[in-house]
Amino acid sequence: MSSQWIAAIVTSLACYALKFIGHAIPEIWLSHPRVQRITNLVPIVLLSSLVAMQAFTTKTKFMVDHRLAGIAVALLALKAKLPFPVVVIGAMATSAIVYRLKI
Amino acid sequence: MSVKRDSLSVGLAVGAAGVAFGAVAVADHFSVAQACFLSLVLFSGASQFSLVAVMSSGGSALSAIVTGTFLGGRNGLYGVRMAQILKLKGWKRALAAQITIDESTGVAIAQSELEDQKTAFWYTGFGVYVFWNLFTLLGAVGAKAIGDTSAWGLDVASPAIFCAVLFPRLKERKMLIASVLAFIWALSITELVPAGVPIISTVFIAALVGWK
Repeated sequence: MSSQWIAAIVTSLACYALKFIGHAIPEIWLSHPRVQRITNLVPIVLLSSLVAMQAFTTKTKFMVDHRLAGIAVALLALKAKLPFPVVVIGAMATSAIVYRLKI
Repeated sequence: MSVKRDSLSVGLAVGAAGVAFGAVAVADHFSVAQACFLSLVLFSGASQFSLVAVMSSGGSALSAIVTGTFLGGRNGLYGVRMAQILKLKGWKRALAAQITIDESTGVAIAQSELEDQKTAFWYTGFGVYVFWNLFTLLGAVGAKAIGDTSAWGLDVASPAIFCAVLFPRLKERKMLIASVLAFIWALSITELVPAGVPIISTVFIAALVGWK
């Protein structure tokens, strides 16, 4: 079995288990304010570092390229409160244009 | 009834992003079957994109599993909240768990009446599920005809989506500080540690910023 299949199956099982446990967990366990503050921040830090990796690295090496233009447009579109599809398509189109111009 | 209509339109809008997942997955050397499996069974956008991204950037299956599972962790926290609203047992609880994601929880808790909260959860959850899977298949099959994905901007689809997810939450000062620190931290250590570690290791930043 390929490593992709192993990762897909194990992550699926683990993530479903987490969802199910969430539904079954006694509320009192998570009621401490510190636990709540930290658990609220966990998705934020994970997603932020994921954006950094996806937009500014290539094979774990730091790399600034056409993707920067796409991300910049996404942030501007978000700032202008444009709808979600416009944000994503705008970012993709910009990145693609910059990429093609360089070639 | 507008709760149902709103829920389904969120389902369609968010589900359409599945086309990006399908295309990105195939571009990153996953098969069409693997892309569809992830959308059907894992069904958690952030975890799906991260799993594919970590492995395509040279990470091991283990680091992909750990990162994907960490990112899926917040669905568990949504589950805690939804359980109080839905009060389910047995197979219905098992089914609700699978569609417990950002959108179903978000639209549900935006309603003021208990019955509307329940309706919003199920309609949004199933709406996203159906469209996300449909569009994943389209994206995965279409990607093969596309070729060089950078020339179509597919390499920024997923980070742009995460920017959109993060953006509204960064109005809170602590969220903003944690986000910026995590961003800088990950880029600072990326050349020093194995793929996946720059992401997982930011959990310490959450603990640090959230401590007081």
